Amino acid sequence: MIQNQLQNRLENPNAAVAPIRAGASVRFEGVVKDFAGHRALADFDLTLHAGEFVALLGPSGSGKTTALRVLAGLESTDAGTIRIDGTDVSTLPTSRRDLGMVFQSYSLFPHLSAGENVEFGLRMRKVRGEERRARAAAALALVGLDAHYDRFAHQLSGGQQQRVALARALVTEPRVLLLDEPLSALDAQVRVALREEIRRIQTELGITTLFVTHDQDEALAVADRVAVMRDGSIEQIGAPEELYTRPASSFIADFVGLSNRLVGVVRHGFAQVQGVALPLVDPSQADGPVSVSVRPEDLEFSAAGAPGVVLSSSFHGSLRRTKVRLGDGTALVVQHGARLHPSAGERVTVRFTGAPVSVDPISAPA
Amino acid sequence: MTPVAPVAHAPTRLVRGLILGSIGLVFAIPIVAMVEFTLRSGLAGGHDFSRWTALFQGGFAGPYRAVLVALGNSVGLAVGTVVLVLLLLVPTLLLVHLRFPRLRRLMEFVCILPISIPAIVLVVGLAPVYSVLGRLLGSGVWTLAFAYGITVLPFAYRAIQANLDGVDVRTLSEAARTLGAGWVSVLLRVLIPNLRRGILAGAFISVAVVLGEFTIASLLNRNTLQTSLVVVSKADPYTVVILSLLALTFAFLLLLVIGRLGTVRTGSRRRPTTGGQP
Repeated sequence: MIQNQLQNRLENPNAAVAPIRAGASVRFEGVVKDFAGHRALADFDLTLHAGEFVALLGPSGSGKTTALRVLAGLESTDAGTIRIDGTDVSTLPTSRRDLGMVFQSYSLFPHLSAGENVEFGLRMRKVRGEERRARAAAALALVGLDAHYDRFAHQLSGGQQQRVALARALVTEPRVLLLDEPLSALDAQVRVALREEIRRIQTELGITTLFVTHDQDEALAVADRVAVMRDGSIEQIGAPEELYTRPASSFIADFVGLSNRLVGVVRHGFAQVQGVALPLVDPSQADGPVSVSVRPEDLEFSAAGAPGVVLSSSFHGSLRRTKVRLGDGTALVVQHGARLHPSAGERVTVRFTGAPVSVDPISAPA
Repeated sequence: MTPVAPVAHAPTRLVRGLILGSIGLVFAIPIVAMVEFTLRSGLAGGHDFSRWTALFQGGFAGPYRAVLVALGNSVGLAVGTVVLVLLLLVPTLLLVHLRFPRLRRLMEFVCILPISIPAIVLVVGLAPVYSVLGRLLGSGVWTLAFAYGITVLPFAYRAIQANLDGVDVRTLSEAARTLGAGWVSVLLRVLIPNLRRGILAGAFISVAVVLGEFTIASLLNRNTLQTSLVVVSKADPYTVVILSLLALTFAFLLLLVIGRLGTVRTGSRRRPTTGGQP
């Protein structure tokens, strides 16, 4: 199966490869995990479909790593079940869950070469010498490191170490691949290259993957679906585009992408902000005072709009973000093309493009 | 590796030489004096190797036979102590490190404690214990391994703990478990190989301590190298100095081995890396 796949790649590295098998499905049902009085997972539910790449995104302490670790069996659950392909694995020891995992910190065994590291899982499964070495070499070839079989961890760069760790996690053909912030120790360029590599390999092998990260760019760039966690449960789960364009709350709007927070009022299914009526992501929102989240790209400079003064402007390659203070003191970030170059102190007028906004009710002060 | 920048107030070459020289003298003078003593030939003056050759040609016969037996006892004791301490200490340290990190301070306190207790005090406490032990297990010299296990604990603990602090034991064991290794495999295939340096250093330093111990063995009436040397010294002061010099050389070689272990890096025997991709 994966072995043949790996061999094919070795012999014909440029061939396009179709997914070779559907991965396993994973289901968390009402999982609870407490740490010394702190609830890390609160009635946590999540389903990963076979072959799906799901990113768990959230601020530190939101429980994302705990969710991954209970799936791996590295932490026990206090309640709830975890099923892989319908079988309850909650009480199985880690070594018998048939998972591959890449850790945040470099986890290669320092006393073994890269190849021997990859062989380790096969050795545990009593795979014999020649076959073991061939499979390890094929897995290293998959991550582009077949020439580094004899190198030790301290002779490899951080990115190479994480690639070897990925090969080591994949060589046993696990049912699920778990990635615990595997890129966070790497520098920016290597990070982007490796995350694309991970996605390519995942697509080729069709392995169900749970990817924990606190970096929204990373999550949005590689995942089929992104689950944003807060206080031990999932606040919203959906395709990256859905999460970005239709955030369920201002927490999501703030956490996924940039967002301006404005005070407004919901009336008759529209948010009234700065004298403009904006459509709502969730039209069923009850009337009342709200905090409105507006994306910087949903604002533009236009002749007709609210007048303001430019505070600062920053360059981001193909675009610019300009901070403007409106007449009433509200500060806004406007995203626009890089050709426009407003300077501090310049007078501008800002207009809402009319894209749907997400809102959070503000409780009236007592 | 990045070269370390010189410290601003590092001592000059001359000062370093003086410090090293004076410390060296403190160690060298007694040793040279001992060697000189063993080479003296009678009251008339002059030096020769007659005592050294006599000892080795005599094949440790006659009065020195007891020393040979005692040496065997001491080596056996050293091995027994090392095995006992490692079997108890390594799994306990790993367990505390991985499962009960809060107990670490207590563990450290308990392990370091023996160093602050004088051997004579230890013996006072151990004497009644050994009278019970004697009834249960006999009064074989090997039973001293229990007492020595306590005296070497601080040294073995420090050596292993220092290694443990330098290895990400938690991540390595978790990685091994996700790859299908049970706890025994984790211990034997991942943790012990990576703690090898600390374990070996702890073992060697324990051997050195056991081979140098006198008080406990003497007061508990056991025949070890040290106690037998004292007995022999009463009859023949020259030979006992030769034997002491040999014991000293052995301990020195042992410490040299420990020093080497500290510098050998895993995999340095393999070819070095030549650049690389991310």
